[in-house]
Amino acid sequence: MTVAVVGAGVIGRGVAQAVLQAGLRVVLVDRSRDALHQAATAIRRGLLADRLRRPGAGPDAETLLTRLTCTSDLGGAGAAALVIENVVEDPAVKADVYRRLDAVCPPATVFLANTSAIPIAALAAATRRPARVVGVHFMNPVALRPAVELVRGPETGDEAVRAVEELLDRMGKRAIQVGDAPGFVANRVLMLMVNEAARVLDEGTAAAETIDRVFTECLGHAMGPLATADLIGLDTVRATLLVLRDRLGDERFEPAPALTRLVAQGRLGRKTGRGFHDLSARVHA
Amino acid sequence: MSTPDLAAGRRLLLRDFLASHLPVAGLADDQDLFESGHVTSMFALELVVFVETTYGVTVESADLELDNFRTVASILALVDRKLGG
Repeated sequence: MTVAVVGAGVIGRGVAQAVLQAGLRVVLVDRSRDALHQAATAIRRGLLADRLRRPGAGPDAETLLTRLTCTSDLGGAGAAALVIENVVEDPAVKADVYRRLDAVCPPATVFLANTSAIPIAALAAATRRPARVVGVHFMNPVALRPAVELVRGPETGDEAVRAVEELLDRMGKRAIQVGDAPGFVANRVLMLMVNEAARVLDEGTAAAETIDRVFTECLGHAMGPLATADLIGLDTVRATLLVLRDRLGDERFEPAPALTRLVAQGRLGRKTGRGFHDLSARVHA
Repeated sequence: MSTPDLAAGRRLLLRDFLASHLPVAGLADDQDLFESGHVTSMFALELVVFVETTYGVTVESADLELDNFRTVASILALVDRKLGG
């Protein structure tokens, strides 16, 4: 079986890796050849790292990679039984991708919409197959997160959900079903938390490291809000906040100045080596 | 065999990397990194990325099976072999 993964960014790479590890063929699509090249390297490294963490039976990285096809032609998704969309968190861009996927994919192909905050109802409306559009929110790092949010749009059909659940099971992911609302559960709560942490920083109450220490040492969180933002990618965090602000009409989601400033400076977090924290020793694969 | 200076340089880079990624003081060269008790779930990937980008080598599945990533000493030996040094 072939799964198409559209969007070869940080999440797309992780999703492609997980699908390969499920023993399936992957067609990875991105309009940028540069992104595809980087993605292939990241996927290879991810497969090796996974084997380091969990030595065991199963095909090695080199074998799994023979099942990966990279292309900048969206038509490549036509051969897939399911398409996992992970393009940038921009409603207009996503709508355009879904319209084009609708044209190249047979009617039965299921679309997994991996969006941070856009309601599935809105994305499904950009297609002529709303019954076959299922929201699946993968979180970063995909290889290490055993669960995902699964969202049914108002017209999502049982058959599509079953197909998605089967795929997720093969990928070793548990599906936690939540309602179709902006930000679903994870980002509706987390984005505000990150944004408030950025405001705490702006107001000079504490330095970035200190803010995170309060969460890890006083509250037992695995990672503080600012380190979490760095992991997600500050551009994604900001884009998600804007989607939430617009859809909820709530000014609390207006991106904090610190966040806007860092994004403008190109300090996007782990993927650029610097974000709220200096991670120059920890470049994301 | 690489010259003493080259080997020392590679060792320093690796130990610097480990110092910022593993909160373990006084790490011995033959100490099992993955059993040091403080390895984060992201460490394995960070280590693979570090070795490839710092030493310019390509890690292969065969390298993993020989437990070449267990200790500082074994990682340096692997890099040495791959660079034909």
